[in-house]
Amino acid sequence: MQRLILRHKNEISFVSLFLIVSAFISHYLFNNVLIAEIALIIASIIGIIPIAIQAYQSLRVKVVSIDVLVTIAVIGAFLIKNFEESAIVTFLFLFGSYLEQRTLNKTRSAIKELTEMAPDVAYKLMADNEFHEVDIDDVDINDTLLVRTGAKVPVDGKVISGNGYINEASITGESVPVKKEINSYVYAGTILENGTIEIIAEKVGEDTTFGKIIELVEEAQDSKSQTEKFIDRFSKYYTPLVLLIGIIVYLIWRDIELAITVLVLGCPGALVIGVPVSNVAGIGNGARHGILLKGSEVINDFSKVDVFVFDKTGTLTVGSPVVSSVKSYSNNYDKHLSYLKAVEKESDHPLAKAIVNYIDNDNNNLKVEDTKVVKGGGITASINKDRIVVGNIKLMESEKIEITNDMFSYIKHLESEGSSLVITAVNEKIVIIMGIKDQIRSDVKEEITRLKRLGVKELIVLSGDNQASVDVVSKELGLTKAYGNMLPEDKQAYIKDLQEQGLKVAFVGDGVNDAPSLATANIGIAMGSGTDVAIETSDVVLIDSKFSKLNHALGLTKSIVRNMWQNIIIALLVVAILIISLLTSDWMNMSIGMLVHEGSILVVIINGMRLLKYKLRK
Amino acid sequence: MKKATLSLETLTCPSCLQKINNAVKGLEGIDKDSVNVMFNSSKVKVDFDETKISVDDIANSIDKLGYEVKKVQVK
Repeated sequence: MQRLILRHKNEISFVSLFLIVSAFISHYLFNNVLIAEIALIIASIIGIIPIAIQAYQSLRVKVVSIDVLVTIAVIGAFLIKNFEESAIVTFLFLFGSYLEQRTLNKTRSAIKELTEMAPDVAYKLMADNEFHEVDIDDVDINDTLLVRTGAKVPVDGKVISGNGYINEASITGESVPVKKEINSYVYAGTILENGTIEIIAEKVGEDTTFGKIIELVEEAQDSKSQTEKFIDRFSKYYTPLVLLIGIIVYLIWRDIELAITVLVLGCPGALVIGVPVSNVAGIGNGARHGILLKGSEVINDFSKVDVFVFDKTGTLTVGSPVVSSVKSYSNNYDKHLSYLKAVEKESDHPLAKAIVNYIDNDNNNLKVEDTKVVKGGGITASINKDRIVVGNIKLMESEKIEITNDMFSYIKHLESEGSSLVITAVNEKIVIIMGIKDQIRSDVKEEITRLKRLGVKELIVLSGDNQASVDVVSKELGLTKAYGNMLPEDKQAYIKDLQEQGLKVAFVGDGVNDAPSLATANIGIAMGSGTDVAIETSDVVLIDSKFSKLNHALGLTKSIVRNMWQNIIIALLVVAILIISLLTSDWMNMSIGMLVHEGSILVVIINGMRLLKYKLRK
Repeated sequence: MKKATLSLETLTCPSCLQKINNAVKGLEGIDKDSVNVMFNSSKVKVDFDETKISVDDIANSIDKLGYEVKKVQVK
């Protein structure tokens, strides 16, 4: 019975509206006071029932909720035969909560869209050797599953037969379909655009990458900042306090009218709802744009960031260097090139990869022997009894290989343009000098300028690379400071140093090497295309690792924080104005108080909704 | 100890949270510190001792307050 009434709250409020309107018509149009009175009494009674049920339930678990205040106020009005007020107040309260529900659903819509992208069924290989549709919760690790064209991949797993193209936008932000064949890894929540595949489940449910993304966003929208916790604690004592004041007012002035007006005016409405609304709409906007903000503390910190610290390789630059200049001192260039390639094939250093990609002539017959890796220098080896030394200037010096003045000035020139050097010597004679350069990511420069415009004071690059190549990148991008030759622990120490100066630091880097810096910075952002590591270590996750999202994220957090404060101020102002008018005017009553309250709740929700549409101005 | 996640109908008033919070915390066999009522996602997360209380009892206690429990997951 109780539930039936509560479920039909909305219908009740419309019936109540109808009764109130008819009461006014019969009173003022037909001068029939009796019918008007009866209509208002019925409206008050059906209106108060659902509110009173809620009040009773909350008192049973020892909570003085708004429902309790309203119920007492309405009963009071009823006792002093002010049926007009009791009817209007119950109607406004019910209708207000109906509007709140509608608008709140809007603010939550963005996050809902995301969670609804989660797969809910799978085709599982059963004992009868056929695939049957099962609920996603019934899929376990090591189950064999079938994915057909157009279907969502239900779990993270490996392809065991078939092939096809998968759209992985939900995980990587990249909408160009990726080819998958036997042994390829597929992710839950991605869509098979064509083909049919069978997969073995390796991670299911919340353990999948997509599951983690959803959980993160869901936790984030309900995480509470210090301000919110304070408001929560405040409102816990606030409502009982209002009740107490109402009682005191009655005891002193013996005026029921005044006492119940105090109860209604004291409802905390907008203050409690304003902040979570800004939060959920803001986080929803981020989720729609592939930006996951881990909660309100993160939003608060990120909006106040003074310094951005970047890792260079893979963050500001593409991360796969290419050979940009070559000079030969050789009398048999082709032979020496194939020597170089043969030696570099032994190594997995990024520079070695660049060289292997650069050299076309492949001579697989060359037998590389006595390979020795010199840490921080290069490689020595021998081929056909020729001794080969490949590496940097330090290695050449320690091997006592002569560098002519001509070579030296070329080396200086390469260093000044920020290239890394690879020198090749055969039988103690330098034959080739190569300059290898990493390309700056295409979208970075413009975005850096916009970060500055958003009020970031310092942009710093820290890198393990040599100072010269760091300087070149820094100069080209217009960064404020650049430090090279830094180990991961140096970067971390540098960030700590900045924090001790009272600055809020955001660190942007790759999730693997820079884990200590990511953890130390106030805000850590791992660039890593929705990988597990990036999701777990980052405070702000950029699904597609695009630099442009950094600006959107920063601008968005600033707007969210501003929006929260607007809502807090609106709520406090409304309470202040109501109390002042109650003390100074004679027109203030329960109905107007309720109207203003419900109005202010809608205002803060609609204000929060603006965040859903937030876009960074160009 | 098991972990339950109960998805509720859309929660609209913050005082609902307090009610649900107090009701669930008042049950025997649940870990009081683990109770987390989430307003925006309209979910309740709680750790409970399956030898002392069943997840249906937890769902019932919320249902009795007038909030529909839509889905229950136990891990």
